[in-house]
Amino acid sequence: MINKRVEGVEQALKGLQSNMTLMFGGFGLCGIPENCINQISKSEIKKLTCISNNAGIDKEGLGKLLRKKQIIKMISSYVGENAEFERQMLSGELEVELVPQGTLAERCRAGGAGIPAFYTPAGYGTEVAENKEVRSFSGKEYVLEKSLNADFSFVKAWKGDFAGNLIYKGTARNFNPIMAMAGKITVAEVEELHPVGALDPNEIHTPGIFVQRIFKGKKYEKIIEQKTVIRK
Amino acid sequence: MSLDKNQIAARIAKELKHKTYVNLGIGIPTLVANYVSENIEVDFQSENGILGMGPFPYEGEEDPDLINAGKQTITAMPGSSIFDSATSFAMIRGNHVDLTVLGAMQVAENGDIANWKIPGKMVKGMGGAMDLVASAKNIIVAMMHTDRSGKSKLLKKCTLPITGVKCVNKIVTNLCVIKVTSFGFKLEEKAPNVSIEQIVKSTEAELIIEGPIPEMNI
Repeated sequence: MINKRVEGVEQALKGLQSNMTLMFGGFGLCGIPENCINQISKSEIKKLTCISNNAGIDKEGLGKLLRKKQIIKMISSYVGENAEFERQMLSGELEVELVPQGTLAERCRAGGAGIPAFYTPAGYGTEVAENKEVRSFSGKEYVLEKSLNADFSFVKAWKGDFAGNLIYKGTARNFNPIMAMAGKITVAEVEELHPVGALDPNEIHTPGIFVQRIFKGKKYEKIIEQKTVIRK
Repeated sequence: MSLDKNQIAARIAKELKHKTYVNLGIGIPTLVANYVSENIEVDFQSENGILGMGPFPYEGEEDPDLINAGKQTITAMPGSSIFDSATSFAMIRGNHVDLTVLGAMQVAENGDIANWKIPGKMVKGMGGAMDLVASAKNIIVAMMHTDRSGKSKLLKKCTLPITGVKCVNKIVTNLCVIKVTSFGFKLEEKAPNVSIEQIVKSTEAELIIEGPIPEMNI
């Protein structure tokens, strides 16, 4: 087995530089690579293009990189609940490409799967389709969308092994498996890191071939954005 | 008396059919789950990656790794499944989800919908809405009939950037139920104690009104 294990977040981020394109797994704050984000926010790396479904909230998730103005461009589907993001976008400091969520997911998947572009019905007839090729198939219109890749993809899983195999928990899976496929260097941070042989091959969500570096995250805050409960 | 948000949700719940997969959007649509008949089998899909979404958890049992597309803590029903975002939208785009219920800022009489952007003011993004409206077999919009300033949200043509073209099938508002036909908006039901005049006055688009309009049964 090829060993992907690195000691900690410092080694995991080796080679990360300004002006790079990065992918971050997660949906809202659910399943985000917290340790990697924290480490990047402590660095002086800047002018990053970040691909992530959301942009965190004001002080959490990618919001930490936004506040330090480390991001120059965001590619996301939904960026609400983040006042600093809105301020930077409206003032023009931050370039933003809003992408329909399914298109964003498929662009990442395609990037990892060697598919340069694909046609999707999402966004046809809207601003999203402007300056893009539109083609009709069986009487329905589709928009040509191009795949996405990243210099680094940062993903978070529940369990992983030294070979880079990953298992996610609950809806913390979201964009993580597809972004893992689309990174030149994919860094996986996990809650539990096991030696090879400890995980059942039948249960693996992301095969280790997509992961270049894996480490156990020091701490997970797992902030809940909208706690909604019913009383017993 | 016009309906409140819960009553709009209760009326939409009657549109849910036995043995179907349903995607509920954020806001009023989320409330629909509270009113589903116990006699039908319905599975809720949430586009962040779960099929078989259950009710909110009991206090103390919330799991940060289990949320819906509105980022609310949820539970998973027995028989539910979890998947990545690409698979989730394969279900949506691939026409495997039977019904989509979502909110809107504007709906046009040809079925266009606008719900993602107010230029220069609000830029939250479209999330999964564009994928949902581009593909769903059946789209029901849940919304208030007018906006906060009293302006009609049911228009001849959307003035805001649209989310999808000619896609809405039905609209349930606090005043009425409207079917989107190839001839325009057709008034199907009115809320209890709401007059036809009130509905017409609150609707910028033309309404097709044929015969007596029944009162909604909630």
